[in-house]
Amino acid sequence: MKSGFRVFLAAFIALGASWCGLVLAPVLQLGTAKQTAILNSSDTYPIQRTGDATLGLQVYRANGCAACHTEQIQQSGVVFDVVLTGAGKNPVAVSNLVSGLKLTGLTKDEADGTSAKIAAAGGKVETHLIPTGADISRGWGIRRSVATDYLYDYPVQLGSLRIGPDLADIGARLGNADWQLQHLYAPQSVVKNSAMPPFRFLFQVEKIGDAPSPDALNLPAEFAPPAGYKVVPTTDAKNLAAYLLSLRADVPLYEAPFTPPVAEKK
Amino acid sequence: MIVNEISKNNLSSGAIDASCRVPLLALFGGAALWFVVGLVLAVIASLTFHKPDMFADCPLLAYGHVQPAANDAILYGFCIPAALGVMLWIFARLSQTELMLPLIPIVAANIWHLGVFVGIVAILIGDSTGFEWLEFPRGSSVLLFVAFLLIAISAVATFGARRERELYPSHWFLLAALLWFPWIYSTANLFLVAWPVRGVTQAVIGWWFANNLIFVWLALVGIGTAFYFLPKLAGRPLQSNYFALFAFWTLILFGTWCGIPQGAPVPAWLPVLSSVASALTIVPLIAIAVIFAKTVCGANASCKGGPFCYLKFGTVAFLLSSLMLIASACPRISQVTEFTWFAPAQTQLQILGFVAIVICGAIYELLPRVMGFELPFPKFVRVQHWFFILGIILLAGSLAVGGIIQGWAALVPKNSSSDILQSSLPFLRVSTTGLLFLLLGSLLFAANIFAMTFKWKLALLKSAIAAIKAPLEASEVKS
Repeated sequence: MKSGFRVFLAAFIALGASWCGLVLAPVLQLGTAKQTAILNSSDTYPIQRTGDATLGLQVYRANGCAACHTEQIQQSGVVFDVVLTGAGKNPVAVSNLVSGLKLTGLTKDEADGTSAKIAAAGGKVETHLIPTGADISRGWGIRRSVATDYLYDYPVQLGSLRIGPDLADIGARLGNADWQLQHLYAPQSVVKNSAMPPFRFLFQVEKIGDAPSPDALNLPAEFAPPAGYKVVPTTDAKNLAAYLLSLRADVPLYEAPFTPPVAEKK
Repeated sequence: MIVNEISKNNLSSGAIDASCRVPLLALFGGAALWFVVGLVLAVIASLTFHKPDMFADCPLLAYGHVQPAANDAILYGFCIPAALGVMLWIFARLSQTELMLPLIPIVAANIWHLGVFVGIVAILIGDSTGFEWLEFPRGSSVLLFVAFLLIAISAVATFGARRERELYPSHWFLLAALLWFPWIYSTANLFLVAWPVRGVTQAVIGWWFANNLIFVWLALVGIGTAFYFLPKLAGRPLQSNYFALFAFWTLILFGTWCGIPQGAPVPAWLPVLSSVASALTIVPLIAIAVIFAKTVCGANASCKGGPFCYLKFGTVAFLLSSLMLIASACPRISQVTEFTWFAPAQTQLQILGFVAIVICGAIYELLPRVMGFELPFPKFVRVQHWFFILGIILLAGSLAVGGIIQGWAALVPKNSSSDILQSSLPFLRVSTTGLLFLLLGSLLFAANIFAMTFKWKLALLKSAIAAIKAPLEASEVKS
């Protein structure tokens, strides 16, 4: 290349192409995204966070929580379970048939075949769709995370490194504000072996006065402040806990379907 | 000597070097300081893995504050301004002309380092933007952007005034880098900080920016610098310009599309596109490896821990870190390595193993020429070289191995998150040792830069005093 202009042109074309592909195209595709419908429901998802949780997101950002925690559940695939819901008119034949069949961990075709066989024998069946993967088996979430989950977040902090567990569904998994606050103050008091640094600077140690304090943490002796003192969360700590409780990716969506556990069905 | 420099030598290289003196000192001085600060912060961050509650009462030093501050201090504080200084010198030398508009880079260097200072303080007090590698808040970003443009003006003016019209391969890489940074930095700041886009698009733009900065931009300046110094130090021409042209084109064509992680919660075409681009990035890598091998192997020059060693090690580290990048974009491998320490190992190898060491080597080679006297502590160069190599192997090596072990542990559902962490914790603790070696190396580097600046200022002062004390010549005395 003989002129500086040609070099600029080459760089312009190369970077311009990737700018169109990885900046402009995602903005056009996702930049106007709106709430989506929850599967088999008239509700929409996601809903805007409450005020304290929205402020808590900023505490999460300011303290760089995303340096150690991701907010994205991964899924390796799905399996299908066939569940017998009624034996029909000939229970003996159905139960004989069912006892010889594999009902869990099936592919879509196998599940369809099995359902057809049971239905032919007169039984009533449902097919349940169950996401799989290490994250889901570990209980970190029910389904994979999808773009819609982050619709109202600013900044979106997906995280890239899991020094601690994933938090995409923490509000559904550990939905107790007191537990969250105690964990923030002294992680090792609730999770043995935890390597999470305590966030004591989000709490205040105060002298116990005459006024009752419903906020004070109920700590085990090993982590408790000296006698006559109590540990009270600051507003930041309360907001952060509210944000953590608001992290729930537990509804089925078109792009991430699953069959909700029966107990939660209304 | 490089071929196209020999023909026209009407301007002495001494005059060219002298014209770069003050701008380069302004860029390198701050850079050396940030290098030390960044590594101190990195060591502090890594202490959390030895004792989690060490900074529980001190928000300034909490891991989530210090870790991004350390990364940004090293990248924005050291790598970018130091690379820009080296670039200005290479442009002046290749153009066979004095540095144009030399006042502008001096001002720009101070604006840049002020911007980094504001940014680092902001991160530590909890005012980061929350986007990885773009943590500096908007005030600081504006300062950095303006400073970069100012330096680019001086660089382009020097380029435009060149006496040798034919371009040398380093020109392509460095000119592209001049366009690259303002584009990606303004896009990221406009779409993420000033007028944020909605939802997960933020993450996509964040990945695009981070990849274009850490993989492509650093590769452009690092390889551009290596292609200038390697032939000089090896005493033979670059083998060959055609290969270099091919490497340049394929690097900017493919490299810029990498960076979207495989499991990202975004439409599937994005990670697939990135994965294909990453696989194709093997093409420029092979080209650069061939150029490197053909240029360096068989050269008579021995390195003895000098700049040649720095440049050789840095280029090899680039090839390794890029291979790690390509591997982790492969879906099979990314199932293990995603969300593990493997990715930070790759980034640290790219930043500290490749760019930092190439730039340090280049500075050790060019600074004695620019200043007109030898390094104050020439032995430090060799010691620093060994500290760096040891530190990088300990840091990147232990993080990469720890990352793979962590990834294997994470694939087993019965392992809880603290089980997974315990499996990689020994490696994290070893990485602290690596950081300490790097810190020692950076202290030696800073010692050389600051001693040199001090010596130069002392000489200036002495000559000023001498000028005052000197008896006036008869012609100047009014009768």
